[in-house]
Amino acid sequence: MSSHDNMPEMSLYQPVRVEDAIGIASQFAERGWLVGGGQDTYGWLKDRAKTADALIDLKGIESMRGIKETADGIEIGALVTLTEITRNALIKERYSLLAQAAGRVASPQIRNVGTLAGNVSQDVRCWYYRRGLNCYRAGGNLCYADTPEGMNREHAIFNASRCVAVTPSDTGPALVALEAQMVIQNASGQRVVPAEEFFVGPNVDIRHTTVLRPGDILTAVRIPAKWANAQFYFEKVADRNVWDFALVSISAAMRVNNGVIEDSRIMVGAVQATPRRLTSVEQAIRGKPRNESTANGLGNLASSDANPLNYNHFKMPLMDNLVKRAVRGQA
Amino acid sequence: MNPKLTRRRFIKGVIASGAAAASSTLWYSASGADRPAGAVERLLSLNVNGQVRRVDVAPQETLAHTLRYKLGLTGTKLGCNRGECGACTVLADDVNIYACSTLTHEVKDRAVVTVEGLRAADGTLHPVQAAFIEELSPACGFCTAGQVMSAVALLKANPKPTREEARQAMSGNVCRCGAYDHYLNGVMRASGQLS
Repeated sequence: MSSHDNMPEMSLYQPVRVEDAIGIASQFAERGWLVGGGQDTYGWLKDRAKTADALIDLKGIESMRGIKETADGIEIGALVTLTEITRNALIKERYSLLAQAAGRVASPQIRNVGTLAGNVSQDVRCWYYRRGLNCYRAGGNLCYADTPEGMNREHAIFNASRCVAVTPSDTGPALVALEAQMVIQNASGQRVVPAEEFFVGPNVDIRHTTVLRPGDILTAVRIPAKWANAQFYFEKVADRNVWDFALVSISAAMRVNNGVIEDSRIMVGAVQATPRRLTSVEQAIRGKPRNESTANGLGNLASSDANPLNYNHFKMPLMDNLVKRAVRGQA
Repeated sequence: MNPKLTRRRFIKGVIASGAAAASSTLWYSASGADRPAGAVERLLSLNVNGQVRRVDVAPQETLAHTLRYKLGLTGTKLGCNRGECGACTVLADDVNIYACSTLTHEVKDRAVVTVEGLRAADGTLHPVQAAFIEELSPACGFCTAGQVMSAVALLKANPKPTREEARQAMSGNVCRCGAYDHYLNGVMRASGQLS
């Protein structure tokens, strides 16, 4: 693998208004690269695994900063850093699920610059793809991970379609659990996409992990009041506590009344290319007490329709156990 | 080998003799004439260690590169150059960041502090540096500059951290000698909680 200390020559733009950024992004189209915190940018460019003609640094855009209360919940600017999210009083009080998920991303220095928008928009971590191999996701016609010798311990157990990479985001499943709305702007205006539809799998589009296209800018994330102050559970299992991406993560929000689960959103990360919603589990626990026996009654419901690869069968019991811990309500 | 020719002296010599030539010919010839309108200005006034330094910076240049090879501040180490080790940790407006994973242009309006900028004017070491010496924190020392910067950032934000808080705050700095507990002792001593 060629590894370089420096990035190749390219231009850099630092717009201060969203409109200007959209103009530059539209002009460069596929050859432009939006930069928030940049933590999933420079590695690609240093490795020459991907290239760009222009970097468009969005950090100067004031309107994409800040966390504010709205009539129905909160709006988080796309440039809000993960550290800001973990420390924000409003988020800690009402949506602690998101604060916990953000606090488990990478390392302190990366959280200090890494943004919420970047965390949900980052590319998959399959090392064959990251190495610059011409796999399906890179536009080629084979998958190196799903072969008899392929190293696929970290890869998908659900919904693989040619590509077997998983979503690397810790905050993505939390945002889907909270029924967040993603605010996207481009030259023709603004559109609002539910977080659940923001992420796309390889069966829909193998080259992209989200609905964002060249010229689109994710400007804010809205979290409705619906799940504010619900009972939450977040846990991320990874080989290392710092830097590492999840082997499996769980983000759960539950409305519990007199000990009984009235409604819930149970999301799992790192088992497929998008955050996976466990509707069968949500249905199974509705109307039941939030306790050990309800949790144990689930058995292997969550993983029963999994399709593991050679080296990732362990993700099935891991996922079932995380679901049980989320439902019973303690680690 | 000439015993006086250390790696550090060699790098500094290259910087002194080469920076002017490189900045005026090599970089400009590649990007000067056909630079698209609206792109960033290359000549920056960078606030480093309390001084404003004029420096010519390529658009895609990382802060670690500028510090080490343009400004001669070789105290900031490059370990992995991919944001996975912490050796290049510096402060930008008192927040610890990886200099290898930051474009210099991204910090043009911020105050950058490197390990060279911690010492007082009279040469007195920063309390974190003194505590790290007292606790014999470094083993080989390659990660030390980064560890110092993370500890300084922690103590600015939280002057009396618990040992667990310190462990979390220092978790973005790898020490391949495994001297983590020694560094933690140093942080606790610097915060006045270990005597």
